[in-house]
Amino acid sequence: MTTATVTGKPDEPVVATRNYLTEGGVTLRSWLLTRDHKRIAILYTLSITFFFFVGGAAATLIRLNLVTPPGIFTPDIYNRLFTLHGVIMVWFFLIPSIPNTMGNFLIPLMIGAKDLAFPRLNLLSWYLYVGAGLLALFAILIGGVDTGWTFYTPFSSLYSNGYVVLALAAVLAVGFSSILTGLNFIVTTHRMRAPGMTWYRLPVFVWSNYATSVIMVLATPVLAITLILVAAERLLKVGIFDPALGGDPLLFQHLFWFYSHPAVYIMILPGFGVISEIVPCFARKPLFGYRFVVWSSIAISIIGFFVWAHHMFVAGISLYAGLVFSLLSYVIAVPSAIKVFNWTATLHKGWISFDAPMLYALGFIGLFTIGGLTGLFVANLAFDVHVTDTYFVVAHFHYIMVGGMVSAYFGGLHYWWPKVTGRLYPEWWARIAALLIFFGFNLTFFPQFILGYLGMERRYYSYPPEFQAWNILSSAGASVLAAGYALPFFYLGWSLFRGKRAGSNPWAATGLEWQTSSPPPTHNFDRTPTVTRPPYQYRPEPEPQDV
Amino acid sequence: MSEAGPLPRPEPQYATAGQQAEAAAFGMWVFLATEILFFGGLLLAYTWLRASHPEGVAEAGRHTKVVIGSVNTLVLLTSSLTMALAVHAAEQGRRKALTRLLAVTALLGLLFLGLKGYEYHGEWTEHLVPGLNFHEDSPHARTIELFYFLYFLLTGIHGIHVTIGIGLIAWLALRARHGAFSARHYTPVEVTGLYWHFVDVVWIFLYPLIYLVGRSGP
Amino acid sequence: MGSLQLLPPTASAHAADMDWLFAALLGTSAFILLLVFGLMILFCVRYRKNSKVERGNRLGRTWRVEVAWTTATFIAFLGLYFWGAGLYVDIHSPPKDATDIYVVGKQWMWKIEHPGGQREIDTLHVPVGRPVRLVLTSEDVIHDFAIPAFRIRQDALPGRYETLWFTPTEVGDYRLFCAEFCGTWHARMGGSVVVMEPSDFQRWLDSQDQGPSLAQEGEALFRSYGCSGCHGDAGTVHAPRLEGLFGRPVPLEDGRTVIADDRYIRDSILMPKAEIAAGYPPIMPSFVGQIGEDDLLKLVAYIKSLAGRTADTTQAGSVERPAQ
Repeated sequence: MTTATVTGKPDEPVVATRNYLTEGGVTLRSWLLTRDHKRIAILYTLSITFFFFVGGAAATLIRLNLVTPPGIFTPDIYNRLFTLHGVIMVWFFLIPSIPNTMGNFLIPLMIGAKDLAFPRLNLLSWYLYVGAGLLALFAILIGGVDTGWTFYTPFSSLYSNGYVVLALAAVLAVGFSSILTGLNFIVTTHRMRAPGMTWYRLPVFVWSNYATSVIMVLATPVLAITLILVAAERLLKVGIFDPALGGDPLLFQHLFWFYSHPAVYIMILPGFGVISEIVPCFARKPLFGYRFVVWSSIAISIIGFFVWAHHMFVAGISLYAGLVFSLLSYVIAVPSAIKVFNWTATLHKGWISFDAPMLYALGFIGLFTIGGLTGLFVANLAFDVHVTDTYFVVAHFHYIMVGGMVSAYFGGLHYWWPKVTGRLYPEWWARIAALLIFFGFNLTFFPQFILGYLGMERRYYSYPPEFQAWNILSSAGASVLAAGYALPFFYLGWSLFRGKRAGSNPWAATGLEWQTSSPPPTHNFDRTPTVTRPPYQYRPEPEPQDV
Repeated sequence: MSEAGPLPRPEPQYATAGQQAEAAAFGMWVFLATEILFFGGLLLAYTWLRASHPEGVAEAGRHTKVVIGSVNTLVLLTSSLTMALAVHAAEQGRRKALTRLLAVTALLGLLFLGLKGYEYHGEWTEHLVPGLNFHEDSPHARTIELFYFLYFLLTGIHGIHVTIGIGLIAWLALRARHGAFSARHYTPVEVTGLYWHFVDVVWIFLYPLIYLVGRSGP
Repeated sequence: MGSLQLLPPTASAHAADMDWLFAALLGTSAFILLLVFGLMILFCVRYRKNSKVERGNRLGRTWRVEVAWTTATFIAFLGLYFWGAGLYVDIHSPPKDATDIYVVGKQWMWKIEHPGGQREIDTLHVPVGRPVRLVLTSEDVIHDFAIPAFRIRQDALPGRYETLWFTPTEVGDYRLFCAEFCGTWHARMGGSVVVMEPSDFQRWLDSQDQGPSLAQEGEALFRSYGCSGCHGDAGTVHAPRLEGLFGRPVPLEDGRTVIADDRYIRDSILMPKAEIAAGYPPIMPSFVGQIGEDDLLKLVAYIKSLAGRTADTTQAGSVERPAQ
């Protein structure tokens, strides 16, 4: 266990006297008006955690309802619950999760900069996010929005009751928040790198956040305008999505998925980045095929713009469109496969240790592989005709997003926890949580693949009795998963006050972020570092590098 | 030419003022990329409408006020010229010229908005505002309504961009008058110039799509 | 309380094909999964920090390894792509002799009309072994007609016709779902597909209300909406005759040619200006908002029933037929 060897003695490294947590004041005002990327990252982490638990609570109620048909809730309440779960989890957790917390905290550190290029925009982005989040909660909880996170027209524009326009406005606002973040990251990566930090010396985490930012900047505005069109259609009863008014509902789906398919890459690419940091560190080996990993991220962000209509194979698109979009969806699987192979090959002939971040990373690779492979099932035209809109798709999506992305989020949270807080988390509790999450996750979502093939449709508050056994298994898994997610909340909170001091580099990791003190000072580095080597120059014997 | 002026201190995250200026200009370019996709979505909707109901769109296009539209195009193009001249004046540190050119640009922007408002008023009296007072007897009424729906969205969102641009330029003019810019420091003028040209380019696309459709050919 | 069932019932020719495709997808994935998991576990055990194995001579020339395994998996999956695409083309190519059944979705029920005029709600009776083509539309929001036992589904969109066909192979009752979220009672919008022996099916058809057939009702509507005033025998204006029209190519005013199918007939009633038959003045008014989806289907069925007839040539003057 690496941690024990480095910081065994309780009185060893003391917290850096100058750090971003205390420098510049500890008043609420100093936090709410801060321009420090690290403090903003903390603000984001707190608010994202809040929304994660809100979305998680909705998921828990959904699984509870599905234990026994027809369940405990009325259909209207159930419909609001899955709308709440979808909207909150997609826009207020998954999309901002890694970029806005870890990306915000780490990108300047990793490239040797003092801050992001536009600190004020960064703060504005957080205010937009929080405002939008509260507005979304209000719209869904008080206004009873029941459209699902996809807002399909003409249901959302003319039939649904509830504060749909308000929910659309909330998503629009959070969209601008992510545009600002993406813009900030792109400019920072281009213009703020330390001397010697060439593009090929950038950590993969920076590369993948860069690829993510490109999608945020280019796809989100299309979502924005689509939402404006739906809202206008709803308010004015004139619009181009409703056939009764002369419009076309498929136009909405094209526009919506033009954003929302790239958006799933917004959600997963930063996860790839986190895993690419963790695996070399705990295998004590350079990342296998660095350039392949880098360019596969870029390839994903580009090809990701050309596969949107694979969500519409049964929606009434032409046969030829179906053939082309299915083929492109197969093509985009290639760069993802490259990554999985490279992480696996990184393990070969390494000195592997199994600290909690590594457990999450290994879990990520496994679950993402399953998610990716089932992605090839649903990209298959004939197969998709049978399973689209069933729990098969739900399971596939959650394998990528929860099994993949949330594992990466927790892995990164543990990996950088000592850097962010200056304290170590309790290792054994963390390992238990990682294993609980892994098993709970599989128990929750694997049965849903089978349910989907059997024909259980999504967004059903009730279902025929022959589906019940699998649903009970799934709900049982969900309770394990919930426990797994609650656990870190407690032990990480405990470690804030009682955790051992971490020192600047507890994992003996390479990377500029580990060369400054923990927690880092406000402007990150006492002297701007100069970079002379490519990333991940790990040596077999772990030794602390900050002495 | 005038005095070069002192270099302002860069914000703490930048090493040099040059880096800060580069970052600002690059940031504006990235923002404009976002904007292109934003208008792109609307233009796709327009393309869909025109492809599926070409005749209705042509008929709707003939309802638009081409004279005001053309004058407005001229006004906006001229304002782009004065903006370009303003950036040039800033480069050379000519404070008075800069202030005046910025003021003229802002006034031209206001003129554009005024004419646009007059045009909107005309459309209101002709019952062409979808959802509020639309009334049309043509067999293509539905398409015309959708055309005007997109027309108001496109020109409305463009108008918001113009308004923001006028605000920025007026503020720059005030600051220029007080000597805030010099030949060594005029990044805000340059960046705002980029934005203003973009707003102009968007209009160059909107003008033929709105005013010229349905007016040519048989 | 069900048991842990693994596969849905297989009740159509396509369903059996689909299960084979599923098996192939599963097999390929299992192979890759075992490879990745196997290597991961092997490496994790063999190269754990404290193990004393030889670690020299690491993999060089990494790009060769990468290209090799990427290409191999891609080719395997490309094979599966073509397989799936082939089946997809099949389920979009209904046989000519398929029976047309009309389906209208509305919040929250499926209204089904057989060609003989029999109506049912939320239940679809079909004979075993005969191809059936469903023509789907919706009165309000988007619905989706899903029959897991046949492994097919299709969105029913307001304002247009989508089709779906199948040949049932097993007699029995199968689940019917709405798969596209459509509001409060989405989960209750479904029922069953009853596959019967042809003789039983005929008996069932006969036992239903012997109302007029769809086409007969359509004919009545054809008169009541005033269509016959122009398109009928006594027509005084220059309008296309509709006998023998259905299924034939129609040259349009703008030079294109379209097939006169369900969609064309429907669009011509609602948006007559969009596709004008060559040689006719664009004088037909639009019937948007005046004819409901039910009646539209009947009109389409009526015009379809005219496919085999020829226009009454005793009528003085106009013998023009839009279809050549």
